Amino acid sequence: MHIMEGFLPSPWWQIWFLISAPFLAYGMYQLRQIYEERRETLPLLAVAGAFIFVLSSLKLPSVTGSCSHPTGTGLGAIVFGPFITSVLGLIVLIYQALFLAHGGLTTLGANVFSMGIAGPLLAYGIYRAGTKAGINPFVVVFLAASLADLFTYIITSLQLALAFPAEAGGIMTSFLAFGTVFAITQIPLAIIEGLIIALIFKYIIAVRPDLLVRLDVLSQTAVNRIREAIA
Amino acid sequence: MKYGLELIVTVVIIIFAALFLVQNAQIQATLGDDEEAWGGADGTAAEIIEASGYEPWFTPLWEPPSGEIESLFFSLQAAIGAIIIGYFFGYYRGKTQNA
Repeated sequence: MHIMEGFLPSPWWQIWFLISAPFLAYGMYQLRQIYEERRETLPLLAVAGAFIFVLSSLKLPSVTGSCSHPTGTGLGAIVFGPFITSVLGLIVLIYQALFLAHGGLTTLGANVFSMGIAGPLLAYGIYRAGTKAGINPFVVVFLAASLADLFTYIITSLQLALAFPAEAGGIMTSFLAFGTVFAITQIPLAIIEGLIIALIFKYIIAVRPDLLVRLDVLSQTAVNRIREAIA
Repeated sequence: MKYGLELIVTVVIIIFAALFLVQNAQIQATLGDDEEAWGGADGTAAEIIEASGYEPWFTPLWEPPSGEIESLFFSLQAAIGAIIIGYFFGYYRGKTQNA
């Protein structure tokens, strides 16, 4: 999903910076609140960030004959919400832009929006709606994380289509062309990402369910039920 | 099911790897001498854009000078993440067992 350095013309790269900025600002405000009021959850925050580091470094081959990588943002979005996750995404994207020439500083706004904001927002929405509807929490986590991964790549396709509409057919034709490159490659990887995040979620419930209860991710009754089922 | 989820993950990864092996065999059989399959989707998108005559207006400040050095930074990225995850899970697990 990395739009490469210099590959977004003016005014698009500025627009995506402007759209991403308020999310990042609110995320930093929330981070400060966590730092001051819920210090006991900081290790979990580190794990959520580290998870994005690991998953977004893995380039996996996919059915289309090309490689792409998962995003890993689902865990942060479910546990800490989309705003804090946007800051975590920003850190990873800066690392990759500086050391790997992967993505770029001028396209940072657009890449933060697709990976750090759009995907996590969807993951958070699915998780909240799914738990409210009483669906099995692991199924909900799987759906939230894998659809967020896919959605990130759909947004990247849209960002490129808006900046580079096809001469014949305009934005829609161009969106389909980029969507074929990104989204279809991503489907199997999204499934794997969803499963791995569901697995990590299970392990967090096994070691520190109290943190999830305190962060309002799961209710105490839900935790008890899950722990009974996997014991 | 205590290990139900682990089982599902293992099966899916095996299917994924098998699909890759089968497909790779097909692709390698039709590939020319200088061609290389399994490139990055990011690069493919960049090629589509460049084909329209677009020139990127900004270039990365620093680029890994070789594939080896690039993989060094990718491994470093994964290692940083993995050590943090492993540290805290180990810490929490040890704590629950002591309690």
